[in-house]
Amino acid sequence: MLAKRIIPCLDVTDGRVVKGVNFVDLIDAGDPVEAAMAYNAQQADELVFLDITASSDNRATMVDVVRRTAAHCFIPLTVGGGIRSVENMREMLLAGADKVGINTSAVKDPGLVDAGAKAFGSQCIVVAIDAKREAPGKWGVYTHGGRTAVGLDAVEWAKEVWRRGAGEILLTSMDADGTQAGYDCDLTAAISESVGIPVIASGGAGNLDHMVEVLEKGKADAVLAASIFHFGKHTVGEAKRYFAEKGIPVRPEVA
Amino acid sequence: MIGIIDYGAGNLRSVANAVQALGIEPRLVSKPEHLEGVSHLILPGVGAFGDCMTELDKRGLIEAIRSWVLAGKPYFGICLGYQILFEESEEEAGIRGLGIFKGKVKRFTEDGRKIPHMGWNAAVPSDPVDPMWSGLGGEPYFYFVHSFFPEPADPAIVAMRTEYGEKFASAIRSGAVVATQFHPEKSQQAGLRLLGNFLGAAVPATV
Repeated sequence: MLAKRIIPCLDVTDGRVVKGVNFVDLIDAGDPVEAAMAYNAQQADELVFLDITASSDNRATMVDVVRRTAAHCFIPLTVGGGIRSVENMREMLLAGADKVGINTSAVKDPGLVDAGAKAFGSQCIVVAIDAKREAPGKWGVYTHGGRTAVGLDAVEWAKEVWRRGAGEILLTSMDADGTQAGYDCDLTAAISESVGIPVIASGGAGNLDHMVEVLEKGKADAVLAASIFHFGKHTVGEAKRYFAEKGIPVRPEVA
Repeated sequence: MIGIIDYGAGNLRSVANAVQALGIEPRLVSKPEHLEGVSHLILPGVGAFGDCMTELDKRGLIEAIRSWVLAGKPYFGICLGYQILFEESEEEAGIRGLGIFKGKVKRFTEDGRKIPHMGWNAAVPSDPVDPMWSGLGGEPYFYFVHSFFPEPADPAIVAMRTEYGEKFASAIRSGAVVATQFHPEKSQQAGLRLLGNFLGAAVPATV
């Protein structure tokens, strides 16, 4: 049975993990490669690097981080932030990323989804959607960290990127993000039931029950989380064991 | 010498990284001459069936790979490297595969399932004592990402089965040929162990 995935996300700027990662066994908690290795050891199902400054100078640094990570971590790696063209995508994939995440650039030029899927296959193209509740059962698409409304309905936009060839949607609730009060399950279910591709739920994880909830009620295919793992509150292994107890299919830990 | 087919697409880097993690420096094979001195051949691949065949053809590799496999030399096909061993694919009508095995590559039907089949799923060996699956446990999990899968006409070559709405052949094994729909290079310990079993190499403890 297909397992639900647990995906730690590392925010990176200038080649350093933002806010750091609080693992006892790390020599340099700010080094994204070392943090990635720690999650690899915890048997995370995938990893996401998000370049939060995303300037073109930063991209070269990110390529190096991706190259060094991919040489040691044999789980799928997604890189997002600052990817604006098929050429940028190629650069990341050649460095060893398995998928690229696009957000603002897809809103600005939806054709980039088609172009990326055509060049590298749908499985490489993750469209990140930042959504904010505007009315009951209605969410708008935002960019620039939730500051800019772009005038798109989140469900309609998700359907459009699916039709254009996206292989997966990384869905962040701007209302829930950073609150640690739980994912937006209504939003996640609305999107997951509208598209035929997997949906990764993001934003709001404060405990393991929140994850269970978004996988069950929110119909998410995967959960993305940062703080809950970064600060040692839970390991990926603990999350897996807890999910298994709740009857959620997970990739069993390998001794 | 371990050869990895380089046809200008696919996820060559990941596969090369995995082989390097096993302590082996692979050679990239982009023309038939590069096969000289190669003992084990790996054909990775993500992308489209038609593109893969076209690119192999451009490099004169179709006949080379076919002869390699028919001569009974060790071959490991990953994803598209698995699918192209068959006659044809629903992905692109009219494009011939290598046709080494009888059967067709089919698409998952859309009946509520998400497509692609993406993520970690169990692959159950038909013959659990086959040394190729040694050290994997009874039901190893591997990373999948695909919308198509081969349906071998000969059930005897089906070596692993996976369930995603329906049961499909997630690996085949015939003589020195091993081919998987999943990506061992992205499947952590289980994947490296499998590649190690194929290449006769041990997996380092750090993976």
